[in-house]
Amino acid sequence: MMKNRSKKWMITVVVGMLLCLLVPGLGFAADTIKLGVAGAHSGDLASYGIPSVRAAQIVVDEINAKGGVLGKQVELLAEDDVCKPEVATNTATKLLSKKVDVVLGHICSGATKAALGIYKDSKIIVMSPSATNPDLTQSGEYPNFYRTIASDDAQAKLDVDFALNVLKLKKIAVIHDKGDYGKGFAEFAKKFLEESGKAEVVLYEGVTPGAVDYSAVVQKVKQNKAEAVIYGGYHPEASKIVTQMRKKRMKTIFISDDGVKDDTFIKVAGKYSEGVYASGPKDCSQNPLNIAAVKAHKDKYGEAHGAFYENAYTATLALLNAIQKAGSTDYDAVSKALKTEWVETPIGKIRFDDRGDAIGAGFSVYQVQNGKYIELK
Amino acid sequence: MVTFEEIKKSFLACIWFMFLTFPIMVIRVNTVQNEIEWRWKNMILIGIASFILSFFWRNLFRQKIKKGKQKDPYENTEKISIFQKVLKEKKYYFPGTVALCFFVIGFPLLFSLYQINIMITALIYVMLGLGLNIVVGLAGLLDLGYVAFYAVGAYSYALLHYHFGIGFWIALPLGGLLSAFFGILLGYPVLRLRGDYLAIVTLGFGEIIRLILENWNEFSFGPSGIANIPRPGFFGIKMSLEGHTIYLYYLMILLVLFTIFVVNRLQNSRIGRAWIALREDEIACQAMGIDKAKTKLTAFALGATWAGMGGVIFAAKTTFINPASFTIWESIIILCIVVLGGMGSIFGVISGAMILILLPEYLRAFSEYRMLIFGVVLVVMMIFRPGGIIPDIRRAYKYKSKETH
Amino acid sequence: MDWNYFLELFLGGLTRGSIYALIALGYTMVYGIIELINFAHGEIYMIGAFTALIVATVLSMLGMNQFAILICAMVAAVVYSCAYGFTVEKLAYKPLRKAPRLSALISAIGMSLFLQNYVLLAQTSDFLPFPSLIPDFEFWEPYAHVISSQELVILMTSFVVMVLLTLLIKFTKIGKAMRATAQDKVMAALVGIDVNRVISVTFIVGSATAAIGGVLIASHIGQINFYIGFIAGIKAFVAAVLGGIGSIPGAVLGSFVLGWTESFFTGYISSDYEDVFAFMFLVFILIFRPAGILGRSETQKV
Repeated sequence: MMKNRSKKWMITVVVGMLLCLLVPGLGFAADTIKLGVAGAHSGDLASYGIPSVRAAQIVVDEINAKGGVLGKQVELLAEDDVCKPEVATNTATKLLSKKVDVVLGHICSGATKAALGIYKDSKIIVMSPSATNPDLTQSGEYPNFYRTIASDDAQAKLDVDFALNVLKLKKIAVIHDKGDYGKGFAEFAKKFLEESGKAEVVLYEGVTPGAVDYSAVVQKVKQNKAEAVIYGGYHPEASKIVTQMRKKRMKTIFISDDGVKDDTFIKVAGKYSEGVYASGPKDCSQNPLNIAAVKAHKDKYGEAHGAFYENAYTATLALLNAIQKAGSTDYDAVSKALKTEWVETPIGKIRFDDRGDAIGAGFSVYQVQNGKYIELK
Repeated sequence: MVTFEEIKKSFLACIWFMFLTFPIMVIRVNTVQNEIEWRWKNMILIGIASFILSFFWRNLFRQKIKKGKQKDPYENTEKISIFQKVLKEKKYYFPGTVALCFFVIGFPLLFSLYQINIMITALIYVMLGLGLNIVVGLAGLLDLGYVAFYAVGAYSYALLHYHFGIGFWIALPLGGLLSAFFGILLGYPVLRLRGDYLAIVTLGFGEIIRLILENWNEFSFGPSGIANIPRPGFFGIKMSLEGHTIYLYYLMILLVLFTIFVVNRLQNSRIGRAWIALREDEIACQAMGIDKAKTKLTAFALGATWAGMGGVIFAAKTTFINPASFTIWESIIILCIVVLGGMGSIFGVISGAMILILLPEYLRAFSEYRMLIFGVVLVVMMIFRPGGIIPDIRRAYKYKSKETH
Repeated sequence: MDWNYFLELFLGGLTRGSIYALIALGYTMVYGIIELINFAHGEIYMIGAFTALIVATVLSMLGMNQFAILICAMVAAVVYSCAYGFTVEKLAYKPLRKAPRLSALISAIGMSLFLQNYVLLAQTSDFLPFPSLIPDFEFWEPYAHVISSQELVILMTSFVVMVLLTLLIKFTKIGKAMRATAQDKVMAALVGIDVNRVISVTFIVGSATAAIGGVLIASHIGQINFYIGFIAGIKAFVAAVLGGIGSIPGAVLGSFVLGWTESFFTGYISSDYEDVFAFMFLVFILIFRPAGILGRSETQKV
């Protein structure tokens, strides 16, 4: 009796596993253009990855409704990489096995670097809406990589220039979240500040993301008499730090990056967010394409879009446009089209330079005024 | 069999779960937009689902209890699963092995690049699982920071390559050695600790290593990681991505076989017996004249060696590493492999690794639900097979009368 | 020596410690009774915070006043956390009571994953702003630059909760039953204690403290998402071990020690390595007191 059951059990497991092995291999071939979307779709960083899937879905639906690209329908293949390098390589090979033509992703710089090792050998064009590590474009190692977001150093330069030339600050604390994105940004900010010789970096430190309380760091900022904090990282930690500073009745200026230029930041930090500076893509909210993109998300998902949505929307448009212009999905032809053909997107009219960074997508500094990010000209 | 009593019980379960999931499943607030969404449909679905599932749940339990009455389910000594039986009998053993060999050798020819790639990952985890099995399964030392040694291995290859141009084949033993050294370094101060205190210290150790890698930019390049780590070479022949992957697959098969061989020999050696004795009863073990400190330290060192080698291969496979790959979740997953597979049992650990690493990949079909299902699988597996999938068979020298201890 | 700075760091550490303490209490109680590292405890805390957020938002739209919202949200959070704690124990731990201890640990890990993803899927992956339920007290304004009203409330609450728990365990009938069960389950059953009931009550009480912690901390920090439980849970667990797991005053003391260690290390050295230092400190303490600061090292019977 017992023997029988465990036998049955084993058989079920074995058969189940074999079936699992076979199913993904079966995929049917149809003549479509396959757009892979890779990024964190689950796990703690999911909120940075899901908007890009949605953006791609919206663009693809629209384009398919209009008859597709080169007369073919566009097929979306979304794969999760949880923002981990080791999973990203699996994701990349999975997309390769499914014969993708181009890839939108990955979300995190680390995962992108790991995955690019695989895409590069297979000559697949990858465009990230959010990977900001400067090496990705500047090292020249990844000719197949493009991005629709400014790199860490470009953002840091803008913020530092703003702090030195507009605000005329002398003592600045640089704080980061120890992460790939935040620390990369902070390193450059520190470097530019020191090179300028105009201001002193009184504090350079990392905080632990997700920690319950940042009062010790906040006290340290106060103790070092910093006039401003330049923060590298995302909005959850930024809002905690700002809130704690203001609750301690400190008036220290807070300057941050694109990860903080998010409406959620204002909602979370509430009245404490007033006066915070953050750099971000040039204001395009009047751009008709942008208005349409934002509205499409609201209609389809019933909520406001999340981080990197516009960048992902732009990247999808740029990729599909390049395929259309190139007349095929051939690697060289599409690369050439990306670098030469201008395309109208929600963040402006763009094309890509030889390294893969977007040209035409400007960056500017914003300030929170009356609960809204206002572009400073 | 469906009696009134049963229906009543299920009905109560249904009401209870509808109550339980009410705020989180039904109401969805958006504090950013100040909107509330009411999803009553979910409540009905939950109600129906829990009503039906509670029948299954109770039924499974009845079977488990019935089984338990025949034999104490937690006593592994005599329970021999069909798998182990197959292993014992030559009649099945031989053709089984041959078929398995053909499958293993033919695997890269039959399946796509993706399948080979995830299989390599699974094989790395087999190695890690077998390594941790020495520490947890054999020596009974609960280690929640095993990933630290994995990180040491991966970073030693990446850094040695970056600074000195050292190749994969030299880095592989070096990574193992360095990890063993770190194993002793960790083992030394924690000799006195037991059980969960040991667990938390090892957890801390794992986090310390990760945080140092994350913060010490000059040494480890910080969170942006190290890219362009070469894949293992084969007498300097240039290979395509596919070639590399297949090569790495066969390499992993050989390494796993080597690991199985070593672990198997260790298990039956003097030191292996000492580990098992230590796991069963520290005091009795000492009284028998076993050097406790030495035994524990060898367990840590040998366990760490495999993690180190696994790390080197990991770095070579992904060609990029950063500290984000070495979080505490990784340690937890490896521990799950060992416990779920069956502590102390080599075949158990192998099947545990295959299931736990391949399952999330195949669950991709369920996309966002995959981790949810993964969690459920862990719970259900543990409840219905608490000793693991293929539990270890104790070597028993039996006296006629059945005795309990 | 800048005493003012020292005092600020001291108070910062105290707040951090009391946050840890509210979560660590539940860990330590469960561990004391069934020797299980309840990995899902952090998730119970997270569910408490989410329930409070949902209730508070719904009520504030109905236009209730702030104080009533605070009470209602708190009550709802406690009720639901208790219900979840109770259910989790019944489903995932009770069937494993006779199984090897590590099996129960894996089951707890599975439960933790499940609950995280359940909230992720049913709600959202984004950070949600949590309304500040505790008002800024007028009378406290002169001292607000040192310690805010929210921090004050957290401090006092964790103190009250700890005292109540100690009283519960020392002087009530169920408390006695808990202590008996913790010492020897079989013996406790023999003298007529319903062990299953005691374990359920422990889970319920532990979950209730976690829920109170969840609401206060979320209100202090101002945001929550599905992942907050995990990190806070690990830290609280470290605190519980530091103090001697299984001991209630130990959990509180351990939490404060951990809070101060982190605060002073950040303040005087660097926050880059605050966690490294916290863990080193833990190792250091455990080398000299292998059962934690207040834990009794049990003599083993042979």
